[in-house]
Amino acid sequence: MAEPLPVLEMTGIVKEFPGVRALSGVDFRLFPGEIHALLGENGAGKSTLIKVLTGVYSLDGGTVTLNGTSVRFHSPSQAQQAGISTVYQEVNLCPNLSVAENIFIGREPTRFGRIQWKRLRREAAELVDRLGLDIDVEAPLSSYPLAVQQLVAIVRSVGTGDADGQGAGTKVLILDEPTSSLDRDEVLELFALMRRLRGEGVAILFVSHFLDQIYEVCDRMTVLRNGALVGEHMVRDLDQVGLVQLMIGKALDQLEELHDHQLHADVGESLLKADGVGRAGGIAPFDLEIKKGEVIGLAGLLGSGRTELARLLFGADQPDSGKVTIGGKHVSMSAPNDAIAAGVAFCSENRKTEGLVPDLTVRENIILALQAARGWTRPIPAAQRDELVAKYIKALDIRPANPEARVGQLSGGNQQKVLLARWLITQPKLLILDEPTRGIDIGAKAEIQKLVVSLSEEGMAVLYIAAELEEVLRLSHTIGVLRDRKLVAQLANGPEITPTRILETIASGEHQ
Amino acid sequence: MTTTPRWRALTRHHLFWPVAVLVVLLLVNVPFTPDFFSIKMTDGHLYGSLVSIVLFGSPLILVAVGMTLVIATGGIDLSVGAVVAITGALTCSYISDQADQDALSGVLLAMGIGLAAAVVCGLWNGFLVARMGIQPIIATLIIMVAGRGVAQLITDGQIITVNSEPYKLIGGGYWLTLPFSIFVVAAVVAVTVALTRRTALGLLVESVGGNAEASRLVGIRSRRIKIMVYVFCALCAGIAGLMISSNTSAADGNNAGLWIELDAILAVVIGGTSLLGGRFSIGGTVVGALVIQTLTTTIYTIGVPTQTNLVFKAAVVIIVCLMQSPKFRAKVFGGGRFGGKGGAQQAPTPADTAPTSEAVRKMEVS
Amino acid sequence: MTTTTQQPKAPAGSPPSRAARVLADRRLPVLVTAGLFLVMYAIGLSRYQNYGFAETQVFLNLFIDNSYLLVAAVGATFVILSGGIDLSVGSVIGFTTMFTAWLVERQGLPLVLVIPMALAVGAFGGYLMGYVIQNFEIQPFIVTLAGLFLFRGLCLVISKESISIGDSSVSSMAQAQVSVGGGFLSIGAIVSLVVLAAAFYVLHYTRFGRRVYAIGGNEQSALLMGLPQGGTKIAVYTMSGFCSALAGLLFTLYIQSGDPLHATGLELDAIAAVVIGGTLLTGGSGYVVGTLFGVLVLGLIKSLIQFEGTLSSWWTKIATGVLLCAFILIQRTMTSRRKT
Repeated sequence: MAEPLPVLEMTGIVKEFPGVRALSGVDFRLFPGEIHALLGENGAGKSTLIKVLTGVYSLDGGTVTLNGTSVRFHSPSQAQQAGISTVYQEVNLCPNLSVAENIFIGREPTRFGRIQWKRLRREAAELVDRLGLDIDVEAPLSSYPLAVQQLVAIVRSVGTGDADGQGAGTKVLILDEPTSSLDRDEVLELFALMRRLRGEGVAILFVSHFLDQIYEVCDRMTVLRNGALVGEHMVRDLDQVGLVQLMIGKALDQLEELHDHQLHADVGESLLKADGVGRAGGIAPFDLEIKKGEVIGLAGLLGSGRTELARLLFGADQPDSGKVTIGGKHVSMSAPNDAIAAGVAFCSENRKTEGLVPDLTVRENIILALQAARGWTRPIPAAQRDELVAKYIKALDIRPANPEARVGQLSGGNQQKVLLARWLITQPKLLILDEPTRGIDIGAKAEIQKLVVSLSEEGMAVLYIAAELEEVLRLSHTIGVLRDRKLVAQLANGPEITPTRILETIASGEHQ
Repeated sequence: MTTTPRWRALTRHHLFWPVAVLVVLLLVNVPFTPDFFSIKMTDGHLYGSLVSIVLFGSPLILVAVGMTLVIATGGIDLSVGAVVAITGALTCSYISDQADQDALSGVLLAMGIGLAAAVVCGLWNGFLVARMGIQPIIATLIIMVAGRGVAQLITDGQIITVNSEPYKLIGGGYWLTLPFSIFVVAAVVAVTVALTRRTALGLLVESVGGNAEASRLVGIRSRRIKIMVYVFCALCAGIAGLMISSNTSAADGNNAGLWIELDAILAVVIGGTSLLGGRFSIGGTVVGALVIQTLTTTIYTIGVPTQTNLVFKAAVVIIVCLMQSPKFRAKVFGGGRFGGKGGAQQAPTPADTAPTSEAVRKMEVS
Repeated sequence: MTTTTQQPKAPAGSPPSRAARVLADRRLPVLVTAGLFLVMYAIGLSRYQNYGFAETQVFLNLFIDNSYLLVAAVGATFVILSGGIDLSVGSVIGFTTMFTAWLVERQGLPLVLVIPMALAVGAFGGYLMGYVIQNFEIQPFIVTLAGLFLFRGLCLVISKESISIGDSSVSSMAQAQVSVGGGFLSIGAIVSLVVLAAAFYVLHYTRFGRRVYAIGGNEQSALLMGLPQGGTKIAVYTMSGFCSALAGLLFTLYIQSGDPLHATGLELDAIAAVVIGGTLLTGGSGYVVGTLFGVLVLGLIKSLIQFEGTLSSWWTKIATGVLLCAFILIQRTMTSRRKT
């Protein structure tokens, strides 16, 4: 098949930040009517490339050609005018406005400068309808959960150029990790929409961390590593193993090793007991026992209540029923302090918003939990503090190994390690890890998983949440299965427990 | 760049710009008043421009130091001016009711009452911000609006004058050849620095201001800390209120401490503490307050009509803020090293990345 | 189907109760303020009916005596809706009175020429502040604080003394009355109501107005949605500067003099009126009609205290503070409900 001309061609793209070369001479092409995956580990330069393309960043070198003409965007609105629409990972809409307004803002139908509200609402409803979504366009966006807001964002970008013919119509649709907050049904819905748009000749740039999704929906892929182009392939020509090797530039054996480690730690006496603990709108009342040295993995779809369960056990949200006993003592869980005092530690899935204080240094971030426990009147003596910090920086291999570095400057994996260090330094009895390996590179991922195994061998209990079933299976003694905000089963791990078995439990919601 | 690393390290020190502005302002005076820097001893008291800058700047330094901690938690306190007025009004009205205004016990009690009122204001602000979760700028607006009314209520709309020697000391007296208020300021600054840097309070304040939710999840009792800083800020404002009313021996509910909250916030910003919270610098704030006071003095000495004082102040605000704005520096000095126009995602500033990369380089060498 | 998606922190599946829906309605604060105004007015009627409180003119005087505040508060509403704040309002008003008085009295310029000049200066001042806020990413609080100092300083540079205006065109304009059912309104009051209506139209029926709400809701998103967020922000401050200058002209008309200390601290009244009118100080939610009621409530407090006779003027401040506090607490309970 003769290749058509690319709708978009980026050649020799260079982008530099002070001290960092984020992109060094990257080439990228996008053809009309294709779904094109942009792949790479954290720090590979995916986001930077997208931001250059959409005019958020200006480029320091290279050319961008759209439909054969050289272009240079200075703002997202210019890119949008030219037909490049973007849906970002975070929902970038205005929660205070109605759904209809969010879809049309910036291109509202007007007559003599007056917004035609009726027409706007009608068109929004039609558009939502056409895409098979059931959303009341007059409700404020904030009344919908995040996943729906994400769909609204996609509706918005698809609808570009619909009203009074402004803009060029969407030629290029960029979906930057749109699936990370969607459940399977919504993902399928999105894919159907993507395929329809592909049929209409739209070029879709798709970024996702889920390799299966890429193989499911994409035609072509471009792989970046360390700000450079590694290769462009048709999806059918490259298998998953080959792709992963391209992405990380090394083989996978680090992860495989862990298989031998699983399960042989002895599980000790009971540590934590939750009786009928629950919270309306969060998770139905559940019973759970965690023993010393035990790793409990939580499996379930996004939004099944994994995070909510963990937050209740930490007092991050307050349970409205049931009671928690830790080490035989009742803990009120009215605030995180109660749980911390009882020896519970919690690494949130949202590193940036709920974990780190980006302005503070690595050292300050590491000692924060310990210092908070001691209270402000009893600072940790400087010598002891520096020794502790140095010890954990070394043990967890935090880079740069500089306690004075601002934590905001570290990569995702190293930030996660700083958070781990923060809690390990308090020597907790139970460590709750909510998606500790999300969005970090495979090397750091393996290190963190190894750490969990060794902590468990030392007698620390770990509650481990991960999106990937394999990851949960590999690490856990017991697997708690969640579905629809209920803890439906607790399975002792063993040879007979397979991802398929867990999926069946999730699907049926019953413990066989 | 042609600048040497040492110079660059110096210019990136957080106190560089505030101190530079202060020094420039001080030097501007020299052509107009050649003996600007000289300090004379008269009647056992030290006199000189530098002494009077610190003396007249004392209330502002006090208020600004308290304000620094509030701003570091991500808050702001607009009510300090009203607190200054209330404290002065209460103290003076109590003293003026005394038969013997020179009685030390009566004066101490009066000051105690005044400061207690300040603490109550601080508790109220802290309650609204920390307990009710109201935005600080709004929460403190309430006392800013109502507080002056309360102060006028206390003084019955009059200016209350007192004639008390012991009370005169705190704002107008001398001790060990220096104005007594300088000692008060020094003590408050020293206590603040000790409180924040010798204990873990500073770290916890910066953590709360830097990321409130993370701080909660790490077990910091941020409510307690917030209430504490608002009370501390109000207390500082109360001491400033005593100083101002003592200096003039009068309490003016309407005008005492008028606009001091704006000057104080300005001093904090000049001192390099971000209004967004997080990192703070008490030293920077003191320098910032001195910059503002020096500016006023300078305008007097160089003979510019005093009514232009405000115009100059505006100019300084703009210049200092522009200097601190990474975007402005990049546009003017950076020769377009920053591309990002409209910058949704702010590129890391040179000041941010420098320590990290330098440290990395060092480690590679060793 | 998609609405049943499970998502952490999603609201419970059951539809919100009627009470919850009423509480979550963004129009509620405006209604509360309107209700408060009516209650206060009724109290005034019952207490002072023998002192002529019931006369239509007493009601209309609320508009006449607060016309400048209304215009300033409308400008402040734009800024606050966009998530910013403008502290320079009072100073710009003071400056405009001085500037106008000086041009008319000392330079002998005709009023028709002075009015556009004064408006242009105010708008330009607002534009400059918006430009600095937008392009150098300095907090609006600080930039407009500089504006506060600058314009107050410029007042004093023009003259330290107040300048009274004897110009006949000014006084004839000031005394002009437009009769309205049983009473009259001044030109200033009419202008302020026109400004209010225009602001309502702009906020609800133009793209610019919706952008103001969008920026106040989530500035980052507004940028990524391709909205000209920078231009909008600058325009908002320009508009606030323009409104302040217009308010200054109305104030000049009302007082018939220029004084370097006119309207000191008026920005606080304007902000208080906006907040009492139900606009969230965090931006993105509120109505300019609410601001009208906010201004009327503040004006009514003043009239009530005047009618009471025995109360001193500082009770106005205390009452404003108490009201402000009450409304802030109401807003707080409402927003916390909306979030859960």
